[in-house]
Amino acid sequence: MGINRRSFLKIVGLSALGVSSGAWEVLQPGEVDAAHGHAAAEHGTKAAVRWAMVVDMRRCKEEKGCTKCIDACRLVHNIPVIDNPKREVKWIWKEGYEHAFPDTHNEYMSEEFKEAQFILMCNHCDNPPCVRVCPTKATFKRPDGIVAMDYHRCIGCRFCMAACPYGSRNLNWVDPRPYIREVNPEFPTRMKGVVEKCNFCVERLAQGLLPACVEACHCGALLFGNLHDPESKVRRVLRSNVSMRRKPELGTHPCVFYLV
Amino acid sequence: MIEKALKGGPRYWAWISFLLLVIVIGFMFYLRQLSTGLGITGMSRDISWGVYIAQFTYLVGVAAGAVMLVMPKYLHGYKRYGEIIIFGEFLAIAAVTMCLLFIVADLGQPMRLMNVLLHPTPNSILFWDMIVLNGYLLINLIVGYNTILAMKKNVPPPGWIKPFIYLSIPWAFSIHTVTAFLYCGLPGRHAWLTAIMAPRFLASAFASGPAFLVIMLMIIKRVTRWSPDPEAIQNVARTICYAMIANLFFLCLEFFTAFYSNIPGHMHPLKYLFWGLWGYNSLVPWMRVSIIAGVIGVFIMLIPPLRRKEGFLILGCAAIVLGTWIDKGVGLVIGGFIPNPFEKITEYQPTLPEISITLAIWATGFLILTVLYKMVIYLKERDLAVE
Amino acid sequence: MYDSSKIIIGLAIFVGLVTSPLWLNKGKAAPKPTPKLDTPAIQQLEKKECVESRAFMRAAHMQLLNVWRDQALRKGERTYINKKGEKIKISLQNTCMKCHSNKKEFCDTCHNYTDIKPYCWDCHFIPEGRKTWASTEGHS
Repeated sequence: MGINRRSFLKIVGLSALGVSSGAWEVLQPGEVDAAHGHAAAEHGTKAAVRWAMVVDMRRCKEEKGCTKCIDACRLVHNIPVIDNPKREVKWIWKEGYEHAFPDTHNEYMSEEFKEAQFILMCNHCDNPPCVRVCPTKATFKRPDGIVAMDYHRCIGCRFCMAACPYGSRNLNWVDPRPYIREVNPEFPTRMKGVVEKCNFCVERLAQGLLPACVEACHCGALLFGNLHDPESKVRRVLRSNVSMRRKPELGTHPCVFYLV
Repeated sequence: MIEKALKGGPRYWAWISFLLLVIVIGFMFYLRQLSTGLGITGMSRDISWGVYIAQFTYLVGVAAGAVMLVMPKYLHGYKRYGEIIIFGEFLAIAAVTMCLLFIVADLGQPMRLMNVLLHPTPNSILFWDMIVLNGYLLINLIVGYNTILAMKKNVPPPGWIKPFIYLSIPWAFSIHTVTAFLYCGLPGRHAWLTAIMAPRFLASAFASGPAFLVIMLMIIKRVTRWSPDPEAIQNVARTICYAMIANLFFLCLEFFTAFYSNIPGHMHPLKYLFWGLWGYNSLVPWMRVSIIAGVIGVFIMLIPPLRRKEGFLILGCAAIVLGTWIDKGVGLVIGGFIPNPFEKITEYQPTLPEISITLAIWATGFLILTVLYKMVIYLKERDLAVE
Repeated sequence: MYDSSKIIIGLAIFVGLVTSPLWLNKGKAAPKPTPKLDTPAIQQLEKKECVESRAFMRAAHMQLLNVWRDQALRKGERTYINKKGEKIKISLQNTCMKCHSNKKEFCDTCHNYTDIKPYCWDCHFIPEGRKTWASTEGHS
């Protein structure tokens, strides 16, 4: 044998440190936010990036019955399709206004509003209750704001599911593999007994791609970008339009905004 | 001394065989749950905690109830409780063991249980729950073991266990407060997000734990030659009565806050539980029975002529155990998830495998309790024969 | 000895049970595992080299995968620099399994021999492995 365990770990650790600057460049939003010239690389620190999503419901409403974002997410991430609503797994889905924003609807709203199907997903909160309660740090907050899941560590206690005020999380009640319709060989499946949710397509962001739902939306209703860059598309759109977030009074600071 | 549990009459062995049968059947279903996943239970995306966590929540209360005997005896010198405290400590051991088993049974990936220790997360209440539950189990094992050794030799227990006993008093409060914190710190669940959750839990615990204990002691009185001091039992009954009055009072406070403020998020869970909401009402009979049982229990415990009659005493304690079990298990845990974050309702019904696993864990607790109590009864009967 | 007949019979049964793997297999040993490296992807490589050397991989691929798992998933660093200084993309499914696409003749030979069931395969898969997934077409 050429090497012992201690030396191996030392070398890997040093490589990781050396690599982190290189890996960081892959995560720069420069290619992702291609619409504008500035890159957040100017800021030079990891906290320079804070990913967020803006759902422009004015454009989304035009396409009734469209499920392109949901289908894209399902395909890219090998999400199972389970008919039984008690067992379903959904990372991105639609709800009517009174269910997406409970306690805020009134009977005198416009018909359009009443019929609108809002696109919901994990809000990747700034102050996520799910991360606070996870006993193993299986769900954790990345420096770029994404609330990530480590399926290797999750013990399936479902405390995060109880804590999430938005109902964004799913447990795999059974082995999901038989229920996957079309398989993407580039992404793993999950196993039974672990919790999963939207991950803002971290694996695609690492390659400089946009999240699958954003790419699939052909009416420009889903915008994705860096909240800490004042000139990013999402910031410009939030500056010039009325936006709302789900359950803002809970202090979670969600990073999915809705333009209405 | 555990070999004392191997000696018994036909009734005893019938009881043990029954428990073992329930355990084996439940265990087979658990193996199925391990291979198929939690999908064999009735839990769903909306109701992600069900019977298992409900039992866990209730049993933490039963375990904490022993403090209602320890406090008067050790802090206030009420010597009458001296001969029954050991039963309370052993009940705590059995109850905490059941709690831990229910948590493990509820996990989606139980083989990764050690991750909670390998990756300690102090900001997670579940981490603290693990610490306080195991700590309480350890305290009761140390105290119980040494007490029973001392009883065997007819000497007073060693002085060094006193600090452990004193520690068990705030620790008992803490186990149930931490369990309440599991619920009352979650921002998205209006039914749980109330400061009175921990007081409710404690009041319910101090009613249900001693009530459970009194029922056990009355059963022991029927099937063995030893019987507990009647005045001590009456005092426990008074404790149960006041704790249950506090519990019901706290429930009324919840109703006031919800309905006087008229805030939909607060009203909906209570409406669903007690009257039905949007056409869903499967829990209404349960909750109404819980209130009736609680009131009957308080009534019996409050009136001395009733309380002193053994039959009524047992009925009162059983009513309180039933009332608190429904209120905590069904009402609190299930009711907290309804309506879901989208103001929709999915109802919950445990499945046969789930119920079977639950009964198996209860049977395991009763088995532990039986073995431990058998040792104590042997010693008590031995001392009776000597007198 | 008290109860000597019970004890001796009990001992005999115990020894029989404990040594059963030896005499049930009649002294044979399972054949040494021979992992096969003749996948199409490997044959197309100019230099037939893995991420690290064969000796390293044989001894430490488990630790490497653990380090990769935490580095990529928890720290977000998806590039690994191997001992030769080459940049490797961290991914069990898309890096390792792209070359070693014959799980049954490669990974499983040693794992089965040593009776190890790594839970990696509950989630990570190779395209051919999908055939073993029962299909229910969406029914639960």
